[in-house]
Amino acid sequence: MNGIAVGCIYGLIALGFVLIYKATEMVNFAQGDLMMLGAFVAYTLISGLGLPYWLGLAGAVIIMAVFGYLLDAVLLRPVIGQPQFAIVMLTIGLGFILRAAAGFIWGHDPLSFETPFTGKVVNAGGVVIATENLAIIFGTVLLCAILYAFFRFTRLGVAMQASSQNQLAAYYMGIPVKRIFSMIWALSAGVAAVAGILLAPKFLIDPNMGFLGIKAFAAAVLGGFGSIPGALLGGLVIGVIEQIAGVYGPPGSHETAAYLALLLVLVLKPGGIFAQIGRKKV
Amino acid sequence: MRFVFKTSYEQDINLFRHGGDRFWYGLLLLALAAAPLLLDTFYLGELSFILIYAIAATGLMLLVGYTGLVSLGHAAFLGIGAYANAYFISQGMPFLVSFPLAGLITAAAGLLIGVPTLRMSGIYLAIATLAFAYIVEQVFIRWESVTGGFRGLPVDAPDIFGYQLWERWEFYYLCLVVLVAVILGVANLLRSPTGRAFVAIRDSEISAQSMGINLARYKAMAFALSAFITGLAGALYGHHISYLAPDAFDIRLSIILLLMVVVGGVGSLHGAVYGAIFAGALPQVIAILRDYLPPAISQTPGLEPALFGVILVFFILFEPFGIYGRWLKIKLYFQMFPLYKKATFKRQKSYLKTERLR
Repeated sequence: MNGIAVGCIYGLIALGFVLIYKATEMVNFAQGDLMMLGAFVAYTLISGLGLPYWLGLAGAVIIMAVFGYLLDAVLLRPVIGQPQFAIVMLTIGLGFILRAAAGFIWGHDPLSFETPFTGKVVNAGGVVIATENLAIIFGTVLLCAILYAFFRFTRLGVAMQASSQNQLAAYYMGIPVKRIFSMIWALSAGVAAVAGILLAPKFLIDPNMGFLGIKAFAAAVLGGFGSIPGALLGGLVIGVIEQIAGVYGPPGSHETAAYLALLLVLVLKPGGIFAQIGRKKV
Repeated sequence: MRFVFKTSYEQDINLFRHGGDRFWYGLLLLALAAAPLLLDTFYLGELSFILIYAIAATGLMLLVGYTGLVSLGHAAFLGIGAYANAYFISQGMPFLVSFPLAGLITAAAGLLIGVPTLRMSGIYLAIATLAFAYIVEQVFIRWESVTGGFRGLPVDAPDIFGYQLWERWEFYYLCLVVLVAVILGVANLLRSPTGRAFVAIRDSEISAQSMGINLARYKAMAFALSAFITGLAGALYGHHISYLAPDAFDIRLSIILLLMVVVGGVGSLHGAVYGAIFAGALPQVIAILRDYLPPAISQTPGLEPALFGVILVFFILFEPFGIYGRWLKIKLYFQMFPLYKKATFKRQKSYLKTERLR
């Protein structure tokens, strides 16, 4: 159960990667740090300002979405059309800045805040489940359903898919590609905030929690980097593998299991479980 | 402006384009050789550190700048080189044997990650090397019989034919010799068919393949060579810090290495050296500035990585060619003086077509 809950979090962060990758073909190495920032913003709203949990959650998601939009509009728009490598380095640099900024504002000591789920258990037919795990799983499923419907049935979602498939063609069809990209960043930052807030009862919040994002890579790659269900499934698989390795494997396998799985998938089936990658043409 | 009239094809691939180059590089070498007479021990240590960084950056530049393969895991190679060298020396091997051996072992590790990832490029490769680096770091922690785990592994001073290089200036000369050898080696490699093949792969894999370049072979070769050079740098790095701990070789170091390549200027050996100077000198500059800043800022623990991040972002946004690119622009500006065209270095932006087929 623990593995599945952690896996859901990986899946959610991976979802953020995939959203951005699917649309803009950029890989955002700062996704984990966006999650960290979301958790901190929620902490400020809930513990600092004393807002109720749900209001704090909504507020944090909105703040992070605006932040994501601005991030793209200000920093990432100038590098559109430049090699992917530049974007990777840019987001890595961004991650460093966010981490330092969070450390500067909120300090380097781990924090936590009260949620309605902390420390309660549900007894379902003899199986005891912590509510925080349930909340994570339920929240993930709900979010995914919303996102799926969004991409499938709304004009904006379809426009996002179109600009991901061919910028030029999408532009000709009257889609404001640049603005769409920024909106995708907003969406992704919002998802990251949700992940951070759901994660908060399980782990403590500190500026370095963004490194979790790297494990979420494993999830995203496992699912084939362009697929939303793939990312979630990948997250679940990574979470469960990690737990199993931690219990049955030799010492140290808890930390490395995710990366080993990642390397294996990349080597054996580079496209992931839901392969979408073809050979790039000249 | 100096025009070089080419009278033979050989001139196209000369290491030095004209006598002026030869003169300035000679002068630079002379200045570096004379440095121990002028600098005190502390700055000499810092200078050797920059030289070591420059070796590693050259290795990474070969991979990132010339072959177009991005590695986020070069700290692992640095670590493998350092640990291998330290282990062999602790087993009583002389430095002159353990040093190249460390490089070879690192090259083998490079093949280990390079061969399975041959089919990947771009972002996937970066992620795979990142995962590799994490696994290697765990190996450093857990394989205690060799690496000493968290207790660390002390590194003895290098000895050459029974003579131990205890003094800073002796170690400095060792680093200088290795760096010059590595740079000459890479510069020579780059004007050989192998180097041309690397550059061709960087510019277009499919075109390179059509011209008869064996992609798998050359990519694996680039990985092995890059790892070899980085391993040599790692061995020296181990001697420099003289005590190895696994957390010295984490993702942060990988990123600093990549930062050197980007900030220096992707795709030039000058860039690797400039980047190394930059990354090596920045902590010192911060340390000096710390005294002048208000304590609220200067006492923040994350100041250095934050500054690295800011500088990285600024370079990518405003000077994607790095320090070396900026230097070329300034040079051209004065050479062309009233006629400099701003668009000379403009990069063509491309609309992005998806890597996905459907």
